[in-house]
Amino acid sequence: MHIVDGALAPEVLIGGGVLAVAGLGLGLRKLPIDKIPATGVLSATFFVASLIHVPVGPSSVHLIMSGLAGLVLGWTAFPALFVGLLLQAVFFGFGGLTVLGVNTVNIALPAVLIGLTFRGLVTRSSPTTAAIWGGIAGASSIAVTTVFVAISLGLSGEGFVAAAKLVFFAHIPIMIIEGLISAAAIYLICKVKPELMRASDSAYDRAYDDAPYPMTTGQTAQVTPATSEANNG
Amino acid sequence: MSHLFGHDQPLGVQASGGTAPSFVGSFDPRVRVATAGLFAVMVVALHQVEFAFGAFLLALGTVFLTDLPLRLTLKRMAAMDGFIIVMLVMLPFTTPGTPMFSLLGADASKEGLMHAVLIGVRANAVVLMMLSLLSGLSPVALGHTLYRLKCPAALVHLMMFTVRYISVLHDEYHRLRMAMKLRGFRARNTFHTYRSIGYLFGMLLVRSLERAERVLEAMKCRGFSGHFPMIDHLEFKVRDGMLAVGFGVMIGALVLLDRMYVFAY
Repeated sequence: MHIVDGALAPEVLIGGGVLAVAGLGLGLRKLPIDKIPATGVLSATFFVASLIHVPVGPSSVHLIMSGLAGLVLGWTAFPALFVGLLLQAVFFGFGGLTVLGVNTVNIALPAVLIGLTFRGLVTRSSPTTAAIWGGIAGASSIAVTTVFVAISLGLSGEGFVAAAKLVFFAHIPIMIIEGLISAAAIYLICKVKPELMRASDSAYDRAYDDAPYPMTTGQTAQVTPATSEANNG
Repeated sequence: MSHLFGHDQPLGVQASGGTAPSFVGSFDPRVRVATAGLFAVMVVALHQVEFAFGAFLLALGTVFLTDLPLRLTLKRMAAMDGFIIVMLVMLPFTTPGTPMFSLLGADASKEGLMHAVLIGVRANAVVLMMLSLLSGLSPVALGHTLYRLKCPAALVHLMMFTVRYISVLHDEYHRLRMAMKLRGFRARNTFHTYRSIGYLFGMLLVRSLERAERVLEAMKCRGFSGHFPMIDHLEFKVRDGMLAVGFGVMIGALVLLDRMYVFAY
């Protein structure tokens, strides 16, 4: 899923970079300072997901769980997944610096779009129905990501079209497995801690407002109500 | 891999903690991050295999000015090559052009082969230069550096939290996995495996959110005022400026020669 430096056309790199900056800007606007710990810890959880390997046939693949990230984090999934990709690129050499924008858009944009589409369905349903919707969300975010990867490759040269098709078909088993695992994870979350699905808006504002004493300076206290309004609207 | 983030260890120097920084490590991190970015952008703009190879040699030379263990670095680079090898092998057969040889009825074109080699060399040059320029830089130091380079504070804080909790949550994952193992779980190609891994990851999410709640309360308890102090002293010296200018001239010349070479054809 990682595209490396040097493969894509400059136009695609620049386009991806611009889209990534726009998405990061939007995501960071929904991220007041008191939600950074929760988002950071969840971002670390999704990084750990990429270290979990599950068997597929004779081989194994690592989890991506971008659909779940979108469901749990909403727009803040964009900066959260960006941070994961940045750390992977800088410290492990996976992916690259110039393709960071393209890779972020390819993984985070489907996550956010799928998350926003399915979140209402998941939070309102019974655990079993929610699991089905969660599974569809998990599988389709991988599907959209592979389509995005195929588009970025296809736009960079005719020679890549075959590789782009291969990327899509090679990922079909991964889509199925991500769907199954996301469904199980959503089922568990709905049973154990349903407010996790609303973590990126209501649960945290409430936890913050219920605090008996004003804990922060005026500066952050002003930021919180404004942003919670933006999230509700 | 998450052990790299444990205890704030810089990459590749776990064994030699406390020793003087390497030649590359003695420069201001801001200059190193900026030059790594510049190098990546410039190398991606190279069109000729010869000059891309020159950039690769430049990166390889830089590795010897760091204290990176050579074998580990090359292994990491090979891991990246594993990602792209399929695409590179396919490229000669899918690019139209002068046929060179044929395999199983498919013609490999010269243009396609050159393109594949170019991509491979550029990708390796960028990764090698990045690993060596940022060697010895801990994730936290990288966060501070990005903050000083005017990255949005929220993004930097998010990164610092992520870095801090990756190793914690990876340990948590191993604890849960150990509990599963004790109950006789083995990962196979079964529905049961996927459901169990799903429950495992769901539980990891639940626990991490509860951890985040405790973290936020602990921060409030200690009077968190909405910003984090950046406790480091970065000094921009003359030699940092010289490195930046020298590096810029060198890579600029490489790109310029690359473009002139096109016209000379």
